[in-house]
Amino acid sequence: MRSILYVFSALAVIGLAYWAYSENYRTQAAISHAERLENRIATARQRLRVLNAEWAYLNRPQRLRELADINFDRLGLMPLEAEQFGRIDQVEYPPETDLRIDFSASVEVSSGSDGESMP
Amino acid sequence: MIRTPLRPLARILPARDKGENPDAIERENIRLRHEAMRDKSRRRAEGRLLVLGTMFFCAFGVIGLRMGILAQTEPAEPRASAAGAGILAQRADIVDRKGRILATNFDTHSLYAQPQQMIEPQKTAERLVKIFPDLKEDRLVRDFTGKRKFLWIKKKISPEQMQAVHDIGEPGLLFGPREMRLYPNGTLAAHVLGGAGFGREGVHAAEVIGVAGIEKYYDDRLRDPAQNHEPLTLSLDLSVQAAIERVLAGGMSIMNAKGAAAILMDVHTGEIVSIASLPDFDPNDRPRPLVQGKAADSPLFNRAIQGVYELGSTFKIFTAVQAMQLGLVNAGTIIDTAGPMRVGGHRIGEFNGKNYGKLSVADIIVESSNRGTGRLALQIGPERQQEFLKTLGFFNPVDFEMVEASGGQPLLPKRWTDLSTVTVSYGHGLSTTPLHLAAGYAAIANGGRYVKPTLLKQDGPVAGTRVMSASVAREARTMLRSVVTSGTASMGEVPGYAVGGKTGTADKPKENGGGYYEDKVIATFASMFPAHDPKYVLIVTLDEPVETSGDKPRRTAGWTAVPISSEIVSRVAPLLGMRPEIDPAGLVDITLTSLSDGD
Repeated sequence: MRSILYVFSALAVIGLAYWAYSENYRTQAAISHAERLENRIATARQRLRVLNAEWAYLNRPQRLRELADINFDRLGLMPLEAEQFGRIDQVEYPPETDLRIDFSASVEVSSGSDGESMP
Repeated sequence: MIRTPLRPLARILPARDKGENPDAIERENIRLRHEAMRDKSRRRAEGRLLVLGTMFFCAFGVIGLRMGILAQTEPAEPRASAAGAGILAQRADIVDRKGRILATNFDTHSLYAQPQQMIEPQKTAERLVKIFPDLKEDRLVRDFTGKRKFLWIKKKISPEQMQAVHDIGEPGLLFGPREMRLYPNGTLAAHVLGGAGFGREGVHAAEVIGVAGIEKYYDDRLRDPAQNHEPLTLSLDLSVQAAIERVLAGGMSIMNAKGAAAILMDVHTGEIVSIASLPDFDPNDRPRPLVQGKAADSPLFNRAIQGVYELGSTFKIFTAVQAMQLGLVNAGTIIDTAGPMRVGGHRIGEFNGKNYGKLSVADIIVESSNRGTGRLALQIGPERQQEFLKTLGFFNPVDFEMVEASGGQPLLPKRWTDLSTVTVSYGHGLSTTPLHLAAGYAAIANGGRYVKPTLLKQDGPVAGTRVMSASVAREARTMLRSVVTSGTASMGEVPGYAVGGKTGTADKPKENGGGYYEDKVIATFASMFPAHDPKYVLIVTLDEPVETSGDKPRRTAGWTAVPISSEIVSRVAPLLGMRPEIDPAGLVDITLTSLSDGD
């Protein structure tokens, strides 16, 4: 009975050791995976920052103004002016369609029938 | 185990035969057995002690070894961390009110040399000078061949320059990673941003620290790792700032001015939407401060917040406001402005020696009568005048988010005599910055509350302390409006935006004392728009402007600052999303009174 217990506990120790070993390796694999991801995130952020800076640099007001001047023939861009504001009531309504029901035909018919009955 | 009998017959019987006591044999055997038992248990105890000792030794040995290893090795970051990816930039970005980047970081490299590793110092120096023309070749050769073991060559280099240095192929030239501050908009808002430089420098990294402007004021906030993923949002508007700087630069050259400043301030929140000072500089390559001459001649000098000037007649409205606030007069009260008027032995004159005769308080502002405001000020008295100007913040530097703001200490009269009272009433003898004036006009514009100017975006209107009643502020706005419609600032009219404002032309005092220059003025136009319900205050100041289109040079603000201001309003108001309105003219009082202004 006792020797069975010994055998079992020895087996349990071997099993647990194997489990701990494999868990350790899985953890390390997960950490290095996370590290790779973090590096990729860092690179992506770095890139994003450079792109943002470049976007801001390319859109600096001075450059846009120069571009608007160079391309004035094609685009005709001018500074925004007060006259360019519109009010909603300055917008034309779409042409009014006649929504009244045209009874002329039926009136004609009735008048025609009246006319017929009258004489 | 074979048990030895205590009384073995083989010994007892012969002992009995010999007449000996057999009990002695038993006692002897008991003794021997006890000794054997004792020896056995001692061995066991000793064995246990040994095992225990070994165990303890091993355990302590392991702990000691681990401690030794920990103490010996280089510290390392924990490998797995959730927040690791977030912290990269050393310094938070600065963005404008709409999130457009004003300052950001950029990765670059620095170039340094280790001369003892160099193979061809002469040739290297020669080729370096070709890449960086600002370096001196003989100096480099001296450094490379001398005793130095290390020297910085360039703090920041571009990728193209780095490639060119790589191509030299000199092992003694090395690169260190650097994070540099980049201002993508160049000179735009240069004075606000200030600039950044390197603090402590190592080969692998360098601190980036703010050296001026908001970069220095908020240095700790910008460098705080806990907050550096959140950009610092300013109240500035990039496109408005660009438009104002452009118009101001154009106006400055037309008016032949030495310098110019403009401030656009939201009257309800105190946000500075734009603050410009010309000449300016590029914060990416901040010039060195002047070592000789006047600080005001340096492009680093911020006229809007450091320039302390006598702002002239723009102050008259404060005198009128206070007189009305104290109930001494109302807008229609007639004041005799006829000369001569002598205060403290000095004659108070009008512009160009005019004489306006009897004027109402409103007309004193419209005609800009020195004697008129002087008489009002004498009614108010020096104590009350000082108190009122103090509540409007004219006695202390403006509490503003730039390090330079503390330099804008107003210059006050040493003794506040009756003469000072009179001259201060029309803006002479008291020097303040344009920013002070903006804050003062904002109080009139927003219905009588002093709002602290700020560079940070605000969430909503700020309820400042009340410095005048809403009705007085309204009267003052009506006066300022008529200055534009029928007074000295007639060129300031912008159709649809109902500009109201006051001009001010002050002679420049001579630097070494002794009176004023004849032909050098500070021309200021302080305005608000739309005057019936102001949203913004605009201050335009020109340093030594001369308008030369007429027969003789004209220097008054009405001919110099006002046209620039009106151009700014017509350019900027649409950008601020303000649609032109028809000036409600005479109806304004009736409407506002019935609404009682909410105050």
